[in-house]
Amino acid sequence: MTQFLSLLLNGISLGALYALIALGFVIIFKSSEVVSFTHGSLLLLGAYSIARLSDAIGFLPAVVVGILITALAAFVIERLIINRLRGAAVISLAIVTIGVDIIILTELIRRIGSDILNVPHPWGGESFRIGSVGLSQNRLIAFIVAALLIALFFVAFKYSNWGIAMRASAEDGETAALMGIRQGRVSALAWVVAGVLAAVAALFLVGSPTPGVSPTAYAVALRAFPAAILGGLDSTGGALVGGLLIGIAEAMAAGYQDQLLFLGRGFSAVVPFIVMIAVLMFRPSGLFGTKELTRV
Amino acid sequence: MLSIESLHVTYGGAVQAVRGVSMEVPDGKVVAVLGSNGAGKTTLLRTVSGTLRLHRGRVEQGTVRFDGTDLVTKDPAQAVRLGLVQVPEGRRIFGRLTVEENLRAGGMGNRDKSAKAQAQQRVYDLFPVLKERSSQRGALLSGGEQQMLAIGRALMASPKLLLLDEPSLGLAPRIIGQIGEVIAEINRQGTSVLLVEQNATMALGVADLAYVLDVGEVSLSGNARQLSETDEVQRLYLGHDGGDERRVRVPSGKKLSRWTA
Ligand SMILES: Nc1ncnc2c1ncn2[C@@H]1O[C@H](COP(=O)(O)OP(=O)(O)O)[C@@H](O)[C@H]1O
Ligand SMILES: [Mg+2]
Repeated sequence: MTQFLSLLLNGISLGALYALIALGFVIIFKSSEVVSFTHGSLLLLGAYSIARLSDAIGFLPAVVVGILITALAAFVIERLIINRLRGAAVISLAIVTIGVDIIILTELIRRIGSDILNVPHPWGGESFRIGSVGLSQNRLIAFIVAALLIALFFVAFKYSNWGIAMRASAEDGETAALMGIRQGRVSALAWVVAGVLAAVAALFLVGSPTPGVSPTAYAVALRAFPAAILGGLDSTGGALVGGLLIGIAEAMAAGYQDQLLFLGRGFSAVVPFIVMIAVLMFRPSGLFGTKELTRV
Repeated sequence: MLSIESLHVTYGGAVQAVRGVSMEVPDGKVVAVLGSNGAGKTTLLRTVSGTLRLHRGRVEQGTVRFDGTDLVTKDPAQAVRLGLVQVPEGRRIFGRLTVEENLRAGGMGNRDKSAKAQAQQRVYDLFPVLKERSSQRGALLSGGEQQMLAIGRALMASPKLLLLDEPSLGLAPRIIGQIGEVIAEINRQGTSVLLVEQNATMALGVADLAYVLDVGEVSLSGNARQLSETDEVQRLYLGHDGGDERRVRVPSGKKLSRWTA
């Protein structure tokens, strides 16, 4: 029971981070009609920038600048590439983003080289315990920050002009344009928000219990894709639920891996994809999505 | 205020949707454009509102000016800022947004806060039902209410010229009558209107001037009341049998051409 609770807590905190990434993925899809595969490298860019800058300017400034760098990169991708290809087939755009992702990723891997980069989290690697249920402090703080950001996001999405412009243009772009809503702006802003969310997720994903910044951080973003897709690619609520589901499933599979050994070692790493496939079998447009993925 | 001169529009470089249309919307007036399906009415509005590009359409020739400003190079957001707002055919309200959010979306191009508040008041005065249902999703409204929401949403941008694309489409006669009254009231409040319709009774009832579009060309034009008495319009739009011997010269001096729809 203790183990279960412990895994559940870990799963939720991991899931909250997946949800941050998946939310970015979803708003990009809603506003630009792009399935963006740039998230892996954006995440790594965030982690890399924060780690590199920490030595020079200190942890907090590095976090702020790292987030800005990632947001800027997302903005540039949107302005330079996505915005100019507006109206292209969803599949071509997706492949374009894979190309962009590979370019950024290659450069980051070259820069990281064989270094072991660490983000010097002031909260270190200690764990936090209630009775015998444990959670790393990093994950606890991650959960709190992610919960706050997600709440802020949903409030903005519901009530702000940006949220309304975003939802209106996602529903009917031409009519939104007739109202004077500039889709280019809505889309650019969505990319910036997605960049910020990815960088924040990165900040925590490279902390305890995960060791340091390495290209493997990239794989983490890949696990947020199934979160977005199983929730429904065009549903922000779905991204949240999907993120939590994937986080919990992964934590459980890792925690009970001895019992699951017959499925092979490292099973937990593929669990997100298995969960996604299982959900899509029954609901092709995801749990809360309205668009069938076959159209994508 | 709106002045269109020998306008030619094509889609994808091939389909000639509008061929040499000239048209004037004088300040403060309601101008109707009649024509059957495919006549080029929507294309005309798209040209004015800057959405032609979204349909791979292109102005090949001619000018479109609003108070002297060239519109051909403007995008939709710029057109809205100039005071031109289009209510699209088929209403196209945001079904997943609430009524209030639909109206907020409509006011998005309106920078001036007090103008926006005024516009909101005007919309709720014109359509009290929208206030009652402000927190409901757009999709739950009836067809007539959706049309009112679509018009209200456009008014939120405080347009100088309101462009309406077949507002009567699919609505019951009683509701069409109401829409006609609303258009007249909006015009009385100082907004000019360009009304595209297939329902000639309603359109000619509220319009000062009217044009008939026939496969991309203007076939008739003139004073709305006089136009409604011509044989062509009687027979083709108003469902009456006009005697063939009657011929009415329209004030613009254009010859009456045979309407072949
Ligand atoms: N997006 C488009 N692409 C290609 N052709 C179009 C498009 N929209 C309209 N057309 C063509 O242009 C002509 C005029 O259409 P339209 O302006 O929609 O007429 P109306 O609104 O009077 O029914 C028609 O022949 C129609 O087939
Ligand atoms: Mg039309």
